[in-house]
Amino acid sequence: MFILEQLLNGLQLGVMLFLMSAGLTLVFGIMRVINLAHGSFYMLGAYVAATVTMHSGSFLLGMLAALPAAGLAGILVELIVLRRLYQRDHLDQVLATFGLIFFFNELTRMIWGRQPLFMEVPSWLAGSVELLPGIRYPVYRLAILLVGVVVALFLYLLFSRTRLGMRIRAGATNRETVAALGVNIRLLYTLVFGLGTMLAGLAGMMAGPILAVEAGMGDSILILTFVVIVIGGIGSVRGALVGAILVGLVDTLARAFLPGLLRLVLTTAAADRAGAAIASMSVYIFMALFLALRPAGLFPVSES
Amino acid sequence: MTRATVTAPGWPVLLFAGCGILFLLVLPPVLELSGHQYLLSLATRALIYALAASSLNLILGYGGMVSLGHAAFMGIGAYVVGILSHQAAGSGLLSPAAVQGAGPVSALTAWPAAVALAMLFALVTGVVSLRTRGMHFIMITLAFAQMVYFFFISLESYGGSDGMVLASRDRLPGIDLGDDSVFYYLCLGLLLLFLAFVHRLVNARFGRVLVGCRENEKRLQVLGFATFGYRLLAYCLAGGAAGLAGALLAEQGGYVSPAMLHWTRSGELMVMVLLGGTGTLAGPVLGAFVLLFLEEYLALYTEHWMVILGPVLVLAVLFARGGLYPMLAGHGRER
Repeated sequence: MFILEQLLNGLQLGVMLFLMSAGLTLVFGIMRVINLAHGSFYMLGAYVAATVTMHSGSFLLGMLAALPAAGLAGILVELIVLRRLYQRDHLDQVLATFGLIFFFNELTRMIWGRQPLFMEVPSWLAGSVELLPGIRYPVYRLAILLVGVVVALFLYLLFSRTRLGMRIRAGATNRETVAALGVNIRLLYTLVFGLGTMLAGLAGMMAGPILAVEAGMGDSILILTFVVIVIGGIGSVRGALVGAILVGLVDTLARAFLPGLLRLVLTTAAADRAGAAIASMSVYIFMALFLALRPAGLFPVSES
Repeated sequence: MTRATVTAPGWPVLLFAGCGILFLLVLPPVLELSGHQYLLSLATRALIYALAASSLNLILGYGGMVSLGHAAFMGIGAYVVGILSHQAAGSGLLSPAAVQGAGPVSALTAWPAAVALAMLFALVTGVVSLRTRGMHFIMITLAFAQMVYFFFISLESYGGSDGMVLASRDRLPGIDLGDDSVFYYLCLGLLLLFLAFVHRLVNARFGRVLVGCRENEKRLQVLGFATFGYRLLAYCLAGGAAGLAGALLAEQGGYVSPAMLHWTRSGELMVMVLLGGTGTLAGPVLGAFVLLFLEEYLALYTEHWMVILGPVLVLAVLFARGGLYPMLAGHGRER
């Protein structure tokens, strides 16, 4: 069953996008700041995980190093740069974080060189399992799905069940009131930013064994992440989850099935070419249509 | 609403503009005398990017429409020139005409076609994008640009993701486009023409309405202006000018590739506008020159120049608020 496999692939891309967009949408929803450099933390997570795994031989150690590295880098960036931009125009934020992309991409080239790194799937996650009779699926990709579920649950509990989550939600609604009630809003922002970049680092780390780890790897997923956020409704974590799965499915299914569908009406060569072209555009076409119908996204967060 | 008149600019602005134009006019002979001819192509590229950034500034700076898809218009313009030249040359890129240095295509056909197609794309996408605002507008313009990017990547017969090399520059009656110095002055002329056009435009009623849309569109609608039409027209004009810039860039470099449409290019155009000063006439030109020459200068010292350029941009945001031009000319936003 080819279609089940493709559905799972789509869900797996959706999980990656969810990890990326959850952090970014929080940062935008709560601090009203556009962070183009979010992909850099994805890249950082992948590089740190690949390096530590290579030297220690343990994937778990790589993971344990990558998460704090991405989180700490995020906290540093927030303290040094972004903190000064909250009150500024979106345009200033775009310019500054664009500068950060240049910086991080080149920094990784200086440290790790121009050759991509390759990361192997750890032996305990290698191989595949039989989901249904005749359908085998790689264990590693199933593990990614599992991580996505765990993170979604964690975020849900964090926001709805803890004091910290309550403060974050309150801070998103009205910054001044929360600050007046004695909450250290600056610290809160720093923590939220660090949490977001840590999730991006997690996504990058998991992408390591699937894709090549190279400078600039965060730039392409960043754009898809923005698509997810806009579809889900800017600032909504729930929207990020639904949007990420939608975008993951649309992208994967279009790539898998469009050439075949077009072969019904076109010659094989033309269908393959047109199919591949439309498939790479599919996500953007989907978003344009979506925005034309629902300009505020799936779960609009009211601007206060 | 009072009748809009062309405002007389103050003396610092005139001085700055005069010095700037003089500098650009004498640049080619100065570069030649000082033995830095290789910088001429960089200066030409800066002029072309200045044209594109100025067109972005028309919608971003004056109209408040933050587009992150402006490279798409440049790419369309570049590909029109590239495809026409490729078609005319047939399969053999070394046709006799090309070897002699006279391009097979007339620039009088290729360039207007580039502008027209870019404007058409702006019209179609503008109708959809301009219904959204803020972050959504940024993202939907980006989405359309990505569609064009992937479209050109899939054009296997025109080089796919590698792009294509043009045999020679197009021909223009009476002007030798193959001469780098002549080409420089042509780009300068086109840039100044466009700037003059923008200056008239923003000081006319059209521009007042456009700036009004940036500040408060509802109020204008209540006053009875069909603001959507104004914004759409500005969007199309900006797209057309960026299409021309793309055509010029293809001619200048003799090369067309999807990399010209990558979203980071749109970002760079935005950086030029913001670095120079949004909503000012000279700002984007200044921004384009500063960014391109800074890249070149830093690249002399280290191959990792981006690691320096990035923090420079961050510092520019933090300390040069409103851009370099307002800081240098010592005045606020030109309206």
